[in-house]
Amino acid sequence: MTKPPSAFRLLLIAFCLLLSACAPQGPTTLTVMTHDSFAISEEVVVAFEQANNADVVFLQSGDAGAMLNKAILAKDAPLADVMFGVDNTFLSRALEADIFEPYQSPALNDISAEFVLDPSYRALPVDYGDVCINYDKKYFAENNLAVPQSFEDLAKPEYNGLLVVENPATSSPGLAFMLATRAYFGDGFLDYWKSLKDNGVVVADGWETAYYTNFSASSGQGPQPMVVSYASSPAAEVFFASEPLTESPTASIVASGMCFRQIEFVGILKNGQNRDLAEKFIDFMLGKQFQEDMPLNMFVYPVNQTAQLPEVFTKYAQVAEQPASITYDDIATNRDVWIEAWVDVMK
Amino acid sequence: MRLSSALSTKIRSCLSANSRILLWIPALIFLLSTFFFPLSKILALTFNFSTLTDLDNLLIARNSLLFTFYQAILSTLLTFVLGLPSAVLFSKFNFPGKSLLRALTAVPFMLPTVVVAAAFNSLLGERGLLATTFDLRLSTFDLQPSIFNFLLILAAHTFYNTSIVIRIVGNAISRLDPKLEASARSLGADTFHVWKDVIFPILRPSLLAAALLVFMFDFTSFGVILLLGGSQFATLEVEIYIRALQLPNLNLAALLSVIQLMFTLIFSILYSRTINQVQTQTAPRFSTARPPKTIQEKLFVTTLCLLLSAFFLLPLLSLPIRSLTRLEADRGQRDQVQYGFTADYYEELFINRRGSLFYVPPVQAALNSLGFAVITVILSLALGYPAAYALAKPTRLEKILDPFLMLPLGASAVMMGLGFILSFGRLIASPFFIPIAHTLIALPFVIRTLQPALASIPERLRQVASTLGASPFRVWQTVDLPILSRATLSAATFAFTVSLGEFGATLLITRPEYPTIPIAISRFLSQPGGLNYGQAMAMATVLMLLTTLSILLIEKLRFNNAGEL
Repeated sequence: MTKPPSAFRLLLIAFCLLLSACAPQGPTTLTVMTHDSFAISEEVVVAFEQANNADVVFLQSGDAGAMLNKAILAKDAPLADVMFGVDNTFLSRALEADIFEPYQSPALNDISAEFVLDPSYRALPVDYGDVCINYDKKYFAENNLAVPQSFEDLAKPEYNGLLVVENPATSSPGLAFMLATRAYFGDGFLDYWKSLKDNGVVVADGWETAYYTNFSASSGQGPQPMVVSYASSPAAEVFFASEPLTESPTASIVASGMCFRQIEFVGILKNGQNRDLAEKFIDFMLGKQFQEDMPLNMFVYPVNQTAQLPEVFTKYAQVAEQPASITYDDIATNRDVWIEAWVDVMK
Repeated sequence: MRLSSALSTKIRSCLSANSRILLWIPALIFLLSTFFFPLSKILALTFNFSTLTDLDNLLIARNSLLFTFYQAILSTLLTFVLGLPSAVLFSKFNFPGKSLLRALTAVPFMLPTVVVAAAFNSLLGERGLLATTFDLRLSTFDLQPSIFNFLLILAAHTFYNTSIVIRIVGNAISRLDPKLEASARSLGADTFHVWKDVIFPILRPSLLAAALLVFMFDFTSFGVILLLGGSQFATLEVEIYIRALQLPNLNLAALLSVIQLMFTLIFSILYSRTINQVQTQTAPRFSTARPPKTIQEKLFVTTLCLLLSAFFLLPLLSLPIRSLTRLEADRGQRDQVQYGFTADYYEELFINRRGSLFYVPPVQAALNSLGFAVITVILSLALGYPAAYALAKPTRLEKILDPFLMLPLGASAVMMGLGFILSFGRLIASPFFIPIAHTLIALPFVIRTLQPALASIPERLRQVASTLGASPFRVWQTVDLPILSRATLSAATFAFTVSLGEFGATLLITRPEYPTIPIAISRFLSQPGGLNYGQAMAMATVLMLLTTLSILLIEKLRFNNAGEL
């Protein structure tokens, strides 16, 4: 009983096709997968969208580890076109899983070579931040206690029970700090953690708990005056103070080797759509406008040397004197073994 | 009229035959497409029998399974120790502030774990309320950290789940016919025997339902364990999360989630085996609650109210208190800054200081949360009612299908999230998935709450009503509805709270266009600074108020209903 399509209907279809071909192109959608800590100013996104006739959709997919593993699982039919937020502790896994397409952005000219870890340009650096111990200035002043200046100091009895760290199996600053100890002590780092454990180090699952429930200088007013956080956290304490402050209530211990530098990367996902637009978005992320917007949104440092830092950063944030050095190849091979061993020791 | 009543009897008898499958279709289609399909996809990809030959894997599985059982059994017992007397309190007695207190016991259920930890910390912490005002410090007890953490886990589980017992068991106690107790007493039974021989057997299905749900929540506990357990305690679900997303070993994660699912299935089978001896009794049409009379009753009511207030009200109150106090004075610049009351954090909620794209307008977040919750309630009631109807008079079909209804509660949220990605691809970023994920968790609750109530409606009563000429609607209105209104409201409350609390949110990938209150809270808590903390507490207070008000409103509906009938 099916009728053959009438001439009128065919004509209608042809007309519609013609119309859609001639009509001005609507904006192309670019999907960007990020971790939950990603943030950006609205006007900066809008500037990109207008310049490129694009509609940018962000997908927040959990912490960096969760996001990466979701992306690996969806490798053949990617959820997004671009992924931002893999750091140097996870980079090796992203590269092994081969989820990125190479792209040598012209914007790399403004970026110091030390941040470009992937020589084939599949993952491009966007920002960096130092994971360091933050301390409660008031606690140390009131108790006439010297601020520890080395890993060894932390194991001394006067600092018994004063430090909270994050579990490296569930937290990226926790992992970064553990890697700093690994870089410093070599294979002996587990013995060092045993001594920290005997000295009452507290382990929290993630940064939120460590900072807001355990750390004494945060508004959570916890019991520990030292926490593993970022060297930029004191600046955030000033920027987000509930009353204007002239001095941060916290500071970072930036002594040589005690911090770990996290570098975050962006890449174009394989099998994605809109390669051209994705390239433009990466140029944009490495460009001056985004790089200058980033510090106050995510409290990280720009990798682009031409980007100006906001005043609150230059005044209150510290940069590690000499961050722990540990190659990402070394991290790639041993990351999981170290974490398992750490968890075993700290049980 | 006669014809239609004859017809309705006919329909009912037909339903007990093949066409009962119709009642199952909505829930089954839903579960097949949003649960079994994604689950089978991820397990087919990751489950591998060779995982079983690795001794390390088996050791991890054994240890986490043992700990999971250990903490779940203790937590469930503790929840019942507090929950049962509270259920009696709320269903048997009237006292001032009753609705508010009952609503408050349900609030923890929907607060994010980080906020609950913050609430307890600002109450019990070194510089918390108790320490500063009463000089009461936990550190004076000098507990070993591991024992201390374990006790915290048990306390948090009790804090979260007591409302399940209060709602399900309390709802059943209110349905008890007081005549039963009266006649037993007049026949010479003492209180112990009244409870053992009369009340307990009638309450058994509800007790089992509550125990099962509480146990399942403790069994699959994730946030509480991760947050309060330190690095030394891991349940199956925590281990799955670590193995699936952090230390990638998807095969091990799959093995663990299969173990977790198998145990869920075993519990469900045990449960449906034991629950099917249905007790028939006529339900009262009015609330049997009354003010306490004897001294013992007054003592019971007062003590329990004090206990519940201390356990629920104090930590919950600490949130609004923190959201209205400025603490900078304690922190660095003692002299320059005013310590004390402030509404700054609430005002700040409305300011997008950095012009961020991810700024969450508080009203929008509240509306999103409420909207998703309402959709979840409608969806889970629509799917749950027919299934609960079928389950109320179980045939062989129901006995087979019943245990599978509980599986979503026992499935690992992490693995389900990965299954969603494999099954739905880019679609999972769609806002439609939010209420669907919530309904997946709410549905077992809704069915388990409705089923005992539906089963308690004596078929005889319906038949009598039809014979007397009542239309099918009138039968439903006069016989079913009064008994069901309580249970429906309880079920709706559960679905509502499950949604507001964002259970199963870990399943999803979120888009900043549809932020909810818990998402707003976690955004604030992801960066340092007093303003962020204050705003997180303010937002948590908004969530708390919103839920308390909603629950009070639902309760109000319930009393209006009871008044009419």
